[in-house]
Amino acid sequence: MYNEVNNASNFVQGVDKAFLITIGISFLFLIGLTVVMLVFVYKYNKKRHPKATQIEGSTRLEIIWTVIPFLITMFMFYYGWAGWHPMHKPPKDAMEITVYGRMWNFSFEYDNGRRTDTLFLPVNQPVKLNLVAMDVIHSLYIPAFRVKQDMVPGKKDNFMWFEPQREGTYELFCAEYCGLQHSYMYTYVEVMKDSAFQAWITDTASVAASVATVESPAATGKRIMQNIGCFACHTLDGTKLVGPSFKGIWEETQTVTTGKEKRQVKIDEEYIKRSIYDPNADIVDGFQKGLMLSYEGQLSDEDVNHIIEYLKTVK
Amino acid sequence: MQTTSAVNGANYLTYQGKYKGLLGWIFSTDHKRIGLLYLYSIATMFTTGVLLGLAMKFELLAPGKTIMEAQTYNATFTVHGVIMIFMVVIPGLPAVFGNILMPIMIGAKDVAFPKLNLLSWWLYVLGVMLVLAALLFGNGSPDTGWTFYAPYSFKTGTNMLPAIFGAFVLGFSSILTGLNFLVTIHRLRCPGMKWTKLPLFVWTLYGTAWIQLLATPVVGITLVLVALERIFGVGIFDPALGGDPILYQHLFWIYSHPAVYIMILPAMGAISEIIPTFSQKHIFGYKAIIASTMAIAFVGYLVWGHHMYTAGMSGPAQYYFSLLTFIVAIPSAIKVFNWISTMYKGSINVQTPFYWAISFIFVFMIGGLSGLVLGSLATDVHVHDTAFVVAHFHYIVFGGTGFAFFAALHYWFPKIFGRMYDKAWANTGWLVFFIGFLALYTPMFYLGLMGMPRRYYDYLEEFHSGNILSTFGSWVMVTGFVIIIVNLIRSARKGAPAEANPWHGKTLEWTIPSPPPVLNFETEPVIGENDGPYNYE
Repeated sequence: MYNEVNNASNFVQGVDKAFLITIGISFLFLIGLTVVMLVFVYKYNKKRHPKATQIEGSTRLEIIWTVIPFLITMFMFYYGWAGWHPMHKPPKDAMEITVYGRMWNFSFEYDNGRRTDTLFLPVNQPVKLNLVAMDVIHSLYIPAFRVKQDMVPGKKDNFMWFEPQREGTYELFCAEYCGLQHSYMYTYVEVMKDSAFQAWITDTASVAASVATVESPAATGKRIMQNIGCFACHTLDGTKLVGPSFKGIWEETQTVTTGKEKRQVKIDEEYIKRSIYDPNADIVDGFQKGLMLSYEGQLSDEDVNHIIEYLKTVK
Repeated sequence: MQTTSAVNGANYLTYQGKYKGLLGWIFSTDHKRIGLLYLYSIATMFTTGVLLGLAMKFELLAPGKTIMEAQTYNATFTVHGVIMIFMVVIPGLPAVFGNILMPIMIGAKDVAFPKLNLLSWWLYVLGVMLVLAALLFGNGSPDTGWTFYAPYSFKTGTNMLPAIFGAFVLGFSSILTGLNFLVTIHRLRCPGMKWTKLPLFVWTLYGTAWIQLLATPVVGITLVLVALERIFGVGIFDPALGGDPILYQHLFWIYSHPAVYIMILPAMGAISEIIPTFSQKHIFGYKAIIASTMAIAFVGYLVWGHHMYTAGMSGPAQYYFSLLTFIVAIPSAIKVFNWISTMYKGSINVQTPFYWAISFIFVFMIGGLSGLVLGSLATDVHVHDTAFVVAHFHYIVFGGTGFAFFAALHYWFPKIFGRMYDKAWANTGWLVFFIGFLALYTPMFYLGLMGMPRRYYDYLEEFHSGNILSTFGSWVMVTGFVIIIVNLIRSARKGAPAEANPWHGKTLEWTIPSPPPVLNFETEPVIGENDGPYNYE
C-alpha cells in the first residue's frame, strides 16, 4: 500500500482499512489453501497412498464453504462501501477549484481567476474540484490522497472532493489513457499552511511560486515542455526532425533567416523567448517556415523562464 | 471414394479425403482437424502477442526511452491486447480442446454443424487478417488500447476501422462456435449420456457457449456504432456531437465482462478433468461444480459496472455492482474448494499436466483474491487504472486461462498427436515458466498500490525497482515458453508412440486409440447406469 504519508487526506484511513481487511483475509485464504493443497499432494502421492478412497462429495461441506465465503465477502463489501461512501458528499464549505484536463496537461483555476499547472491547497480545508475535460477522457488521480475521478468531456456535475490533512508535496497523475503523452500528464499537489496559501493566492504580482518545490527550475521546464509536446518536433539528442534539436544550443551561434535577410545570432534568453512567442520571426537554416504556432497566452513568462533553465542543461 | 472400413481404419492425422496436403486441412470439416487448425493459428498469434509483450517490458526496464518512442509503445500495448484478448484467450480452450475433444467426450462423431464449424475458423482467419492489415497499412497502428474507449477512439488519427471490423468478424466466429456447441451438446450425446453424466469440461463449454451466443452480439453492435460514428459522425458516443462516452463504456463492458468468463470457464473445466484423473479419484462435488459454473455464467452478466467505479455512475448503481461482484466470487471459490478436496485421499500421480493444474489453482487464487480488492468500492478507487489492474488481469487471464491451456495441452497431447512428449523437459519448461510468471506480474501489484497508472510509457524514478524485476521476469518466462514449445513440436514428430489411455482417465476420449480414428468410435458408445466420467475403482 502507498503508505509513505499517513493520513495525507481525510479518506486515507477508510480506504486503507478496507485494503487491510480485504488483503489480510485474502492472504489467509491463499496461504491456508495452498498449504492444504501441497500437504495433500505430498501425503496422497501414489507412492505413499497407492489406492484412492472414492468420495463423491458432501452436501454439508458444500453448504459450509458457500455460506462462510458469502459472509466474509459481505464483510469486505461493507468496508469497501464505508470507505467510499463519503467521497460523494462534499461539505458545503468546500473551496471550489476548476480543473481543466486536456492532452496532455492539467490546469487549475481558482475563484479569483488565478491559474496554475500545480495544485496549491491550504491544509485542513475541504476542496471540491470541478472537473472539465477539454478533449478526451482523463482521470485525476492523487495516490497519497486515495482519490481518483474520471474527467469525462461533456459530463455535467463531474467533481471530486477531499480534505488535505498534512503539508507536503504529492504526485497527481492522469490515470485514464489519453494518447501520445499520457505518461507525461502529471503534476504535483502542494499542500501548505493556510497563511502561506492566502499569501500565494492573493499575490497578484505573480512573484509567488507557481510550481511545486520538489522540482528544480530545470526539471519544471522539462515537464512543461513534455506537457505541451515540444519534443514531438525538437529532439534532445541532435537528431533533426521538423524543428531544430535542442542539443547543446545554449549560447551557440546559429544562422537564421529574418524576413529575407540571413544573419548570425547567439542563442540567449531573448532569442528563446522570441522563438516561443513569435516562432516564425527567425527561421534556422535548413528548416521550414510556418510549422510552429505561437505559444503566447499558453505559456507564462515564468513557464518560459523554466524552459530556458532547462535548455541550458541540454548538452 | 473410400469405403467405410478404410475411413474407420485411418486416424484423423493421416487420413486422406477429397483433398491432399494443406487443402485436406483447411477444407476439412473434421472437428479434430479444425481444432488443430485453431491450435496452430492461436499458437502463432500467441507467440506474436508474447513478443509484443516482451518489447513492452523491455521498454519499461528504465525510465525514459529505452528502445521505442511513445507512439510505438502505445501501439504495441494496443496490439498486444487486441491479439491476446480477441485472437487468443477468447477462442482459446473452446476452439482448440472443445473442438477436438467435446464431440468425443459426449460420444458423437462430430459437432452438429461441421461446415459451420469450418466457416467459424475461416471467419477467425479473416478477422485476424483484417486486424493485421490495420497494423501494416494506413496511418499507423491503432493506439487506443484494446478497450477502444470513446472519444479517444474517434479522435486518434490512426488506422482504427480495419481493426474494429476485424474484431467484429472475430465476434461472429465466436458466436457460431457457441451455437454449434450448444446444439451438439443438446442433440448429439450418445445413448445413456445423461446430463448428469457429462464430463465437467463439456459442462463448462455449455455455459461458455451460452455467453458466446448472448453476449457477443452486444460488442458487435457497439463496434458497428463506433464505425458509424467514425465515418458519418452520428453522435452516439462523442460528446462534441451530443453523444455520451460513458454509454460506450457500458456497452463495451456488457460484453467484455462476460467475455472474461468465456475465457475462464473452459479453463476451469479442463482443470476439473485433470485433477480427478491424476488423483485417480471421483471429482468432489460434481453437481456443486455444475451449479457454480451456471451461476458464474448467469451472474457474470450483471457485474460489468465494476469496471467503471471512477467513471461517474450514480451511487446506488455503484454499490449494486460492487455487491454482485463479491457474489460472483463465491462460485469460483467453491470450485477451488472442490478441486482441493478431490486430491484428499486420492492416489496422486504427479505428472506435467498436474503441475500445471496445481500452479493454475495457485495463480488463479491470487488473481481471484486480488479481484476482491478491485470489486470493493473504496480500494478500487485507489488502484483502478493502475498497474494493479494489469497484474490482476494477467493473473486471471494468463495465469488462469493460460496455465489451464498448457495443462490441457500436456494432458491431451498424447491423445491428439498419438505421441508422448519428453516429460523431463516438459517439467523443466513448466518450472521456468512459473517462476518467470510470478516475477513478471507480482511486482505490478506493488507498483499499482504505490500509485503507478497503467499504460505508462515512462514513469517516475520511484517505480523503477519494481519494473526492473518485472522485466527480468519476462525474460525468464519467455525462456520457459521456448522450452515448452520446442519440446512439444519435437515430440509431436518424434515422440514415443502414446498409449490409448496413458493417464488412466475415465472419460470417453481415453477409450479410443491415440490419435483418434476419423469417425472417432468404431461403434457408437453406450453409457451404462454405473458408468460415469469419474467412476474410478
